Amino acid sequence: MSAEAPDSLDGPVEAPSVAFRRVTKRYPGADEPALAELELEVPGGEICVFVGPSGSGKTTAMRMVNRMVEITEGDILVGSTSVRQRSPAQLRREMGYVIQQIGLFPHRTVADNIATVPRLLGWDRKRVEARVEELLELVRIDPALRDRYPAQLSGGQQQRVGVARALAANPGVMLMDEPFGAVDPSNRERLQNEFLRLQAEVRKTILFVTHDIDEAIKMGDRIAILREGGRLAQYATPAELLMAPADDFVEDFVGADRALKRLALMRVSDIDLWEAPLAHVGQATSEARAKLPEAEVPYVLVIDAERRPLGWLSDDDLLAETVPAKPGTSPDPVLELDDVMRDALSDLLQAETRYAPVVDSEGLIAGVLSVEIISEFLTSPEALTEERPAAERPLG
Amino acid sequence: MIPVIAATVKVMLPLAQLPSNFVHHHSTTTCVAENRFFCADWAAHNFDRYVDPALKQALLVSVSVAVGFTVAMGLALLSHRQPKLAPTFTGLTGVLYTVPSVAFFFLLLPITGFGTDTAVIALSAYTLQIIYRNIVAGLANVPEEAKDAGRGMGMSQRDLLWRVELPLAVPEIVAGLRVATVSTVALATLAFFAGAGGLGQQIYSDLTFKTNIIIAGGLAMLMAILFDLVLLVIQRLATPWLRAGAS
Ligand SMILES: Nc1ncnc2c1ncn2[C@@H]1O[C@H](COP(=O)(O)OP(=O)(O)OP(=O)(O)O)[C@@H](O)[C@H]1O
Ligand SMILES: [Mg+2]
Repeated sequence: MSAEAPDSLDGPVEAPSVAFRRVTKRYPGADEPALAELELEVPGGEICVFVGPSGSGKTTAMRMVNRMVEITEGDILVGSTSVRQRSPAQLRREMGYVIQQIGLFPHRTVADNIATVPRLLGWDRKRVEARVEELLELVRIDPALRDRYPAQLSGGQQQRVGVARALAANPGVMLMDEPFGAVDPSNRERLQNEFLRLQAEVRKTILFVTHDIDEAIKMGDRIAILREGGRLAQYATPAELLMAPADDFVEDFVGADRALKRLALMRVSDIDLWEAPLAHVGQATSEARAKLPEAEVPYVLVIDAERRPLGWLSDDDLLAETVPAKPGTSPDPVLELDDVMRDALSDLLQAETRYAPVVDSEGLIAGVLSVEIISEFLTSPEALTEERPAAERPLG
Repeated sequence: MIPVIAATVKVMLPLAQLPSNFVHHHSTTTCVAENRFFCADWAAHNFDRYVDPALKQALLVSVSVAVGFTVAMGLALLSHRQPKLAPTFTGLTGVLYTVPSVAFFFLLLPITGFGTDTAVIALSAYTLQIIYRNIVAGLANVPEEAKDAGRGMGMSQRDLLWRVELPLAVPEIVAGLRVATVSTVALATLAFFAGAGGLGQQIYSDLTFKTNIIIAGGLAMLMAILFDLVLLVIQRLATPWLRAGAS
């Protein structure tokens, strides 16, 4: 796919670390600082999520990195260089920035919006064109939409264009302020997954703001929890945060359902799946019936010649001579090994089903996930042991 | 007798520069003599005499609006950079607008003399208020997040102004230009007081001859409509995203 594409034009970009060194921000006229002595370091190529209640200084922290807000005290280092030593305009052109309200230019087409920074950098037309093509593909926007205006796009599409625009000049650092805040929950889940897939390809250093702890746990390699008064409550990996909250504030913020939240750190492939009795189209149903008593799943799953799931045999189907090509019960939902466990569970619950076939990246059957597997996992001691965050693991 | 004179007039008209009230008093077709509502025959034969004044007035309007637009844009950009200046400029352009037009011409006469310059100065001064206000409003209505995104991507003040703010202000700017232009067409019929000719001169040359009033007045209205249409087309061409958004 487009895995090498973004770098083919620009050469690989080293994603620098971003370090806050006792950074304080006091807005003129305010008694309390909006951000107080923030000290943390985001390693290159990782996603750091800033999360916290409204007014806790998340946006302020992010905007000091590209000097949209001036630092009052302390310093921010990108790589080994202080942002204070860089000209704001240059610094900003080197960093992707997705603002809280997307902020697409309403008078510019999708392509022109994406081309903003490359044009500011004076790229020639051919190079800009090629880059726009590439980015549309990367964020999965139909190239036919390139000449549309933002008002003609759905919220999710606008969001993706916003991300493409921020990626345009292949920055090493991306600043994303509630990038999925304006998208409805079902689309948000898709965008999050796409974004994680994208990050696995582009490996930027990402500062990501959200006030949704679930999003933070899902997206972050590390999470910075900020509290009122712009103070850092805890800076840790999602697993650490869930297992060892630093104080009551963090514990409250993370929520009581910590075990459940850990599902966000797992993928379906991390758990032992069940095997369903399988039947091929045209096979005698008697053979399929014979498998049922021994099986973990009490239904027969029909697969095609390539082993793609077609559906479950219903009781009526079992009465017939041979296995039909269109079984009585559709296979929905079909989960993927790469799916985040929490999303898989919610898909199961939403479909009001206890079993769902799981396929690999080629769409071939890999096993069956059931609500029981998940609930067993949640009550096992394993649920409280160290896990690597989902985003760190390779994606398919 | 009457037809003979009428024929003579017809022959002479294209050749001679007639005194302005010649037509009415010396023409002798029944329609003209009785000063009926509209004498089509006379209009057809005398239309030539309106062409130059109409063109002159169109030019006067164009130049005045162009000058007014340039000055207003300058003021608006200054007050955009330096918001402290805005109340002064709003007041200034507002005061200019309150001076009665004919008085304005006469006030200027001793300074700029009798002629087109005086008319252009007065007329463009009148356009300032509406154009200035609309540019300022247009710039103020640019969505904050678009500006923020622009700055966040490393646009300079200047980039932001030319690539984001002004394009997004176009609808309001052109709306101001349209109102200013239409009212300038009307005001310009008084420009002959300043010695700038135009359709007003034709109107006042024979205020009693109805056909004359209708032709000159009609041409002025037509001119206003045409200017408005041209600006409307410009606005549509300059703001394709507005129509796209509606579809
Ligand atoms: N430009 C500004 N001038 C003055 N005060 C500001 C400014 N921007 C933010 N603040 C204040 O600083 C504090 C932190 O604001 P900030 O926008 O960083 O919070 P946030 O965590 O991003 O909140 P939200 O979740 O609502 O976006 C708030 O008290 C806010 O009122
Ligand atoms: Mg914010």
